[in-house]
Amino acid sequence: MAANPSYGPRPWTFYVLATLFALFVVFLYGPMIAVLILSFQGPSASLVFPLRDPSLMWFDELFNPRRVGDVVGAFSRSLPLALMVMVLTVLISVSAGFAFRRRFLGSSLIFYTAIASLIVPGLVLSIGTLVTFRYLGLSASWYTSALGAHLSWALPFGLLIMFAVLGRLNPSYEEAAYDLGASRWQTLKDVVVPIVFPGMIAVALFGFTLSYDEFPRSWLTVGTKNTLPLEIWTMTTNVTSPALYALGTVTTVVSFVVIALALGSIVIIQRRRSTRE
Amino acid sequence: MASYFQVAPLALVLLMFFVVPVALVTAVSFFRYQMLVGIVPDFTLKNYIDLLSNPTTWSLYLSTVKFTLIVLIITFALGFWIAYFLVFHVRNLVTAIGLFLLCTIPFWTSNIIRMISWRPVLGKEGLINSALISAGVIHQPLNWLLYSDFSVVVAYVHLFTLFMIVPIFNSMARIDKSMLEAAIDAGAGRWGVVWNVVLPLCKTGIALGALFVITLVMGDFFVVNVMSGGLSGSATSGIFNDLQFLNYPRAAANAVILLVIVLLIAASIFRLVDVRKELVR
Repeated sequence: MAANPSYGPRPWTFYVLATLFALFVVFLYGPMIAVLILSFQGPSASLVFPLRDPSLMWFDELFNPRRVGDVVGAFSRSLPLALMVMVLTVLISVSAGFAFRRRFLGSSLIFYTAIASLIVPGLVLSIGTLVTFRYLGLSASWYTSALGAHLSWALPFGLLIMFAVLGRLNPSYEEAAYDLGASRWQTLKDVVVPIVFPGMIAVALFGFTLSYDEFPRSWLTVGTKNTLPLEIWTMTTNVTSPALYALGTVTTVVSFVVIALALGSIVIIQRRRSTRE
Repeated sequence: MASYFQVAPLALVLLMFFVVPVALVTAVSFFRYQMLVGIVPDFTLKNYIDLLSNPTTWSLYLSTVKFTLIVLIITFALGFWIAYFLVFHVRNLVTAIGLFLLCTIPFWTSNIIRMISWRPVLGKEGLINSALISAGVIHQPLNWLLYSDFSVVVAYVHLFTLFMIVPIFNSMARIDKSMLEAAIDAGAGRWGVVWNVVLPLCKTGIALGALFVITLVMGDFFVVNVMSGGLSGSATSGIFNDLQFLNYPRAAANAVILLVIVLLIAASIFRLVDVRKELVR
């Protein structure tokens, strides 16, 4: 590009935009780091800096259900829920992604319904799901109504990612495989899946985190037992100790582990593929 | 035929957990609410008339629109220039992808925690106030930093800028760089290239990003509630209040109004840009 050639001195706009980018990263991560540090606050129980007598006492407090809410119980529901949403999102949106490669009657209707499902305000859907379950005579619980409410959001996201992934899968690759005598199954296993796999991991990551962190869609649909975001929400009003920050640190660490697993596996797959060639 | 089998699970989930719930909310919005009895099936426009004749509803919607516009402008400016920096200024592709991931990682962590994390920064004894006081810039802590419209906007920008960056980055990355060279050769200046070449080619990305930001801010209740300390409200706060009193019909009517507004905005964005054609391409 002539305005910003990939050689020679950098234009002045580079430095302006690099500064903007650096400030944005500080803006993005600064508060999270502040919470991380303050979760090690000592017995002074101060919610602000400075950090006095660093200790792990607030993490200990967190797992002591008499003082703060039922964090362990909430986690033991949020994790399986997120895993279920993850698996279902991958299966359903990958399958649907392939369907959309061909035009079929009603494809536009389903596409726009999915988009509408993506943008409908979470609280509206929460009320709707609750009312639906009431009319069906079912009681709301995290593994039925909340699972469905989460899927109604995670699936359109998964579908959009699959569009991006499958857009790069040229149909002539499959045709070439058929011409060379590959069966349908061989084509799927040796041609399609290897190309699509990193995209499937991205869909899985979205499915997991959208569910694990979802608040509005969970609010009325989880029934009597809270998931983690709802538990945190309750704590923001009740708990005025650094235990809240400790919970923030723990959930963020869980999220980071999941992100690292997903991104790490994509990197490993890509590297293995490039060495095989 | 195979397409139908492949798309059936998606269609089924959307039907069960989107179409039916929204249809029922719409139905309930015409029901009557009776004290102590609850929901009574009926066909009445009372819920809508109540809402639309109530000045609180209008002021809540006005405040939502205000927040939406402010946040839209800020996230667009940030998102566009950050994507521009990553695509056109970072020379190494691996570095660009690394920096892009750096922006996206917080998206995969809890929104509530990210919201709360502003407390020790913006609070009365928070980082910014204590820094300003010790630098001698101010003598009294600034009260408007937290639990104000300012902190609501900060939290929205913090949470939602990513929804602008990703689609704009995606459109920009697909721009053929030789197009920009051609524009330069034809005598375009630095701004001319941005204004006449890059901006029009990012139309889809900008439209998608705006769609996300608008619907997220319009549908939000929790950020406004936490970050304004209960001082400001949003269109959704009205729904929340009605739900507290178990007045489902009025909450449903309010939800339908919000939904109609959001869908109208989405439809007008889709009229401007054929998002599906761009996505499937």
